[in-house]
Amino acid sequence: MFVFLKKPKFWAYLVLLAVAIVFPFISPNRYYLTVVTLSFIYAIAVYGLNLIVGYLGQLSLAQAGFFGLGAYVSGLLSLKLHMSFWLTMPLAAVATTVVALMVGLISFRTRGHYFVILTLCIGVIIHLVIEKWDDLTGGVRGLIGIPRPTSIGPIDFISLESQYYLVLAFLMLTIFVMSRIASSLVGRTFKSIRNSEELAATLGINVMNNKLLAFGIAAFFTGIAGALFAGYIRFIGPDICNPNLTFEFLLFLLIGGQATIAGPLVGTLVANGLTESLQFMQEYRMVVFGILLILIVRFFPGGLAGETRILITKLENRFNKRKKSRTNAPSKGESHATKDQGFN
Amino acid sequence: MLLKTKALTKNFGGLTALNKVDFEIEEGEIVAIIGPNGAGKSTFFNLISGYYPSCSGNISFMGKDMTRTPTHKFACMGIGRTFQTTNLFTDSTVLDNLIIGYRSKTKMGMFDAIFNTSRARRDEGASREKAEEVLDFIGLTAAKWQPVGNISQEAAKRLAIGLALVAEPRLLLLDEPAAGVNHGETSELAGLIKKIQQTGITVCLIEHKMQMVMNLAHRIMVLNYGSKIAEGTPKEISNNERVIAAYLGGRANA
Repeated sequence: MFVFLKKPKFWAYLVLLAVAIVFPFISPNRYYLTVVTLSFIYAIAVYGLNLIVGYLGQLSLAQAGFFGLGAYVSGLLSLKLHMSFWLTMPLAAVATTVVALMVGLISFRTRGHYFVILTLCIGVIIHLVIEKWDDLTGGVRGLIGIPRPTSIGPIDFISLESQYYLVLAFLMLTIFVMSRIASSLVGRTFKSIRNSEELAATLGINVMNNKLLAFGIAAFFTGIAGALFAGYIRFIGPDICNPNLTFEFLLFLLIGGQATIAGPLVGTLVANGLTESLQFMQEYRMVVFGILLILIVRFFPGGLAGETRILITKLENRFNKRKKSRTNAPSKGESHATKDQGFN
Repeated sequence: MLLKTKALTKNFGGLTALNKVDFEIEEGEIVAIIGPNGAGKSTFFNLISGYYPSCSGNISFMGKDMTRTPTHKFACMGIGRTFQTTNLFTDSTVLDNLIIGYRSKTKMGMFDAIFNTSRARRDEGASREKAEEVLDFIGLTAAKWQPVGNISQEAAKRLAIGLALVAEPRLLLLDEPAAGVNHGETSELAGLIKKIQQTGITVCLIEHKMQMVMNLAHRIMVLNYGSKIAEGTPKEISNNERVIAAYLGGRANA
């Protein structure tokens, strides 16, 4: 019992959580708090992308479309039907999932580049529909004055701090679900499809169903992120489903590290932090990101989180080897160290 | 009768890779399929493992028609296979490869994964247990934590066979199990195949190493230009004129 108390990983998570909880009190100004809250919202969507790109190995470029869809469904339901945020958010997530499943049913018939192109088109279509359907979505004017998340009992979500905690709670939920999936047989199944679809199918894995499952879960969380965005910013325009946003999500994921649990969060925070600190460069800051991306893909293909893990494994192996040569007996730790290299 | 094909045909554009092949595999035997390069051996395998849909003719397995069954169902029905180019999940360890091989036997879904239900734990335990059992059977327990990229070609061949075995097949299809391994290793692999047959699994293999085929197989089918030209015991096949002609070239072939 309580073996987790002995794991350094557990304590690392606890410290991180503590930092996240006290952040509003130590943050020097409200501007930082806003940036971090927004990053957390984006991170939830990037976790979705990570499931498809990182674990399943299918590059979907429709994610911003799903993000926008979630935001618009939630925004429209609360504006036009005066529904509570606690109803519009799950509805937004479900609606996004349903659309994603229909999209997946068609697009997973293609593979490789064709899948990428098709999902990009679907992202563009969602963007166009939202922009041109003036009567419903307000077209380019967007939706203005979306209500804040309604209060639950004594807890309201008016202050920046309370909204920060709301978003943090959903981020933690997302990370929890994603880590459970990643470490389970379901996650292994996704990774096997990434590795070789043909082999997975010959082993009796229903490739289509598993792809749809991952795509649906990813869209669900992207929809939640969209709804949180709508409730937080309170103004949404068609720009939020612009395919450019998909590429930003992808950038966050690549910086953080695909197929890792920490990657999406780390990448989003780092990239958003950089974006904000490079504000003075205006549009030219993309040049910095371009160079950064090339360097990462070339020298750190695992991203920040992935490369850190590889480094830790290497250090552990070296440490164990030294211990082994000193005691001259087979050590138990070594098997654990090498174990982490594989299906993670 | 475990597997039966009737007038099985596959065309790739204008090329008839397999032409009306009738074949039967009996439960418990080792059958071999031989033939010159491009004779349609692998195509035959790809059809009876559901990897390609056939153009005409039909396949039945344990009395059930499988002609229009999707690929993944073949494994669930009990047909396991390996590929000519050793096909493994390259970015994971030996053990992890085998664990995923058992996936089709487990029932857990997304809900079980997220809530870590008792079914999830049971399924994960069972996969691990089965993987360890197969590791022991194929003799790779020592390489358990090795990444697949680090193991030898012969070990990779064993692992590929193990991967097919984890799903508990009734019929195991091996596509050139001994290609690219040396003489000593070939006889070890032959030993493994014999051992598999003794556990009650029917084995069908494609192989170019004649000595291995002649020693192992109870029955041999010979394909040439997509058609079956002979079928029989190793002795009958080695004396068959059409087979000799197909391999060495000659008038009987024309």
